[in-house]
Amino acid sequence: MPPAEPNGPQKKRNRNSWVAYAFVGPFLLFYVLFLIYPAVRVVYLSLTNSDIAGLGHFIGLANYHELVFDQEFWVAVGHTVYFVVLTVVPNTAVGFFLALLVLRLKRLRLPILSAFFLPFVLPVSVVTNCIALWMLDANFGIVNNLLGTNTAWFGDVGFAMPGVALVTIWWTVGFNMLLFIAGLQNIPVEYYEAAALDGANGFQRFLFVTCPLIWPVASLVLILQLIAQFKIFDQVYLLTFGGPSNATTVVLLYMYREAFQQGRGGYASAVAMALVLIIVVVSLVQARLLRLKSVR
Amino acid sequence: MKTGKTSILGIACTVFTVILAIAWLFPVYWMGATSLKAETDTIVNPPILFPWPPNLDAFVYIIQNSPFFRWYLNTVITSVSVTFLCILFSLMCAYALSRLEFWGKRILYASLLVGFMLPFATMAVPLFMFMTQLNFVNSFAGLIAPQVATPLAVIVFKQFFDEVPRDFRDAALIDGASEFKILFKIYLPVNWSIVWAMSIIIFIGTWNNFLWPLIVTNSTPMLTVPVGMTQVQSAYGVAFAKICATGVLASIPTAAAYILFQKRVTQGIMAAAGLK
Repeated sequence: MPPAEPNGPQKKRNRNSWVAYAFVGPFLLFYVLFLIYPAVRVVYLSLTNSDIAGLGHFIGLANYHELVFDQEFWVAVGHTVYFVVLTVVPNTAVGFFLALLVLRLKRLRLPILSAFFLPFVLPVSVVTNCIALWMLDANFGIVNNLLGTNTAWFGDVGFAMPGVALVTIWWTVGFNMLLFIAGLQNIPVEYYEAAALDGANGFQRFLFVTCPLIWPVASLVLILQLIAQFKIFDQVYLLTFGGPSNATTVVLLYMYREAFQQGRGGYASAVAMALVLIIVVVSLVQARLLRLKSVR
Repeated sequence: MKTGKTSILGIACTVFTVILAIAWLFPVYWMGATSLKAETDTIVNPPILFPWPPNLDAFVYIIQNSPFFRWYLNTVITSVSVTFLCILFSLMCAYALSRLEFWGKRILYASLLVGFMLPFATMAVPLFMFMTQLNFVNSFAGLIAPQVATPLAVIVFKQFFDEVPRDFRDAALIDGASEFKILFKIYLPVNWSIVWAMSIIIFIGTWNNFLWPLIVTNSTPMLTVPVGMTQVQSAYGVAFAKICATGVLASIPTAAAYILFQKRVTQGIMAAAGLK
């Protein structure tokens, strides 16, 4: 390479790149320290017998070996999958349904949309402790009051997980509804007009225009939901803390207990790695399946 | 989709929607109503649907008998700092990614696209260890620092900056403006609505964050509202009016942010989901 002239493009580029680093620097500092570093360290930690202070030594794949034969872990995986099944599709379907209802409205649209979305902006502990646990309280809750029963809803092995799912759907469905509203508004009116001219009735237009054209948004919502619901922690921590008799112990709650109650930082990291792996595999499979369907 | 004329079916459908919306909000109303009752009125049968005259005892009690005010302050400081730092740093980084040339640009952007999908919870253990090493446990630094870097904000801002005509920057450069000035005098004003939208979304998200404050704080005076309120509740036992009063106070900032800036919240969520 010929030596660059002192005031040529080379020098200018260097000066520019210093400016660029000054712009990137502050973000990069926080990004590397508090996101990249922990992401790398969790991989290493999963190969150690560290306690929660990070003290320990390399033990190879022993944590993973233990994990494979850890019944409690697999039970937690099972509960998480159960929660995912209870929430992903229903939450998407309800979101779509609410979007259809809201979009029919004109003057009432904004207030009704806000009513369905509002729970989403509430802190999780408000949703669980001030709303769900109060309304479903065994002795004084309004639900038991109306039903004339005395059920301890979240103390019931059969109801606990569906209960957590119900609360989650009420809390978060507004998000899905918003995405569906945006998607539905993007469908050109001409398509409906053309279908109407061809003699399609309302139901046929819904089936042959709305459904296929909303599919890309629906599959986006499904993927986002799947990833979000596998990370279930807050609601379970607050509503049941894994009970009754471990019926709602999910993977992240198991990780939390191993780390912060048992002090097993290394093993908890292996649990975290397993969850990441599960999420990656399942979302890849789902993406593949959804794409196949949309092509058909 | 629309038949033009209002039909019986259409009216029925609208009525159903309105009833459903009211039912949907009932739990929130019920929390508010309960918070305005005397403790003894919360457990009567049949339940009192309209507490009149409202009774503010529960609010007075929690403000006088718990560190609720302190937690409020903690949460305000944390959410405002995180929002401000996150937006400022993300804007600068996004501008560099969009308009400047530097070594590592592609790697950085690619890593952000992966990074924004990493579940925060799975990094909780190493982050907590790191906080212990830095002596950040039970401090504002510990609450704030790990929430600042939000790859999604950078990705969204970069996409918006990419759409600003290049002439804007070229013209400003010829006039001798610095990159810093171009970002804050041209790119920021042009994209004001998305910046505002992301700010509100991040504020709400930080205010509501439960997992991280739960892990990084354990001393009562350093808790945030969403974590602290659960402690108060276990101390009260059966005290539904007080529990609901903490909930009302905890929800005011985020509910108000949503109601005041509805359009921006919607816009922010669309951008975050990649739908613009």
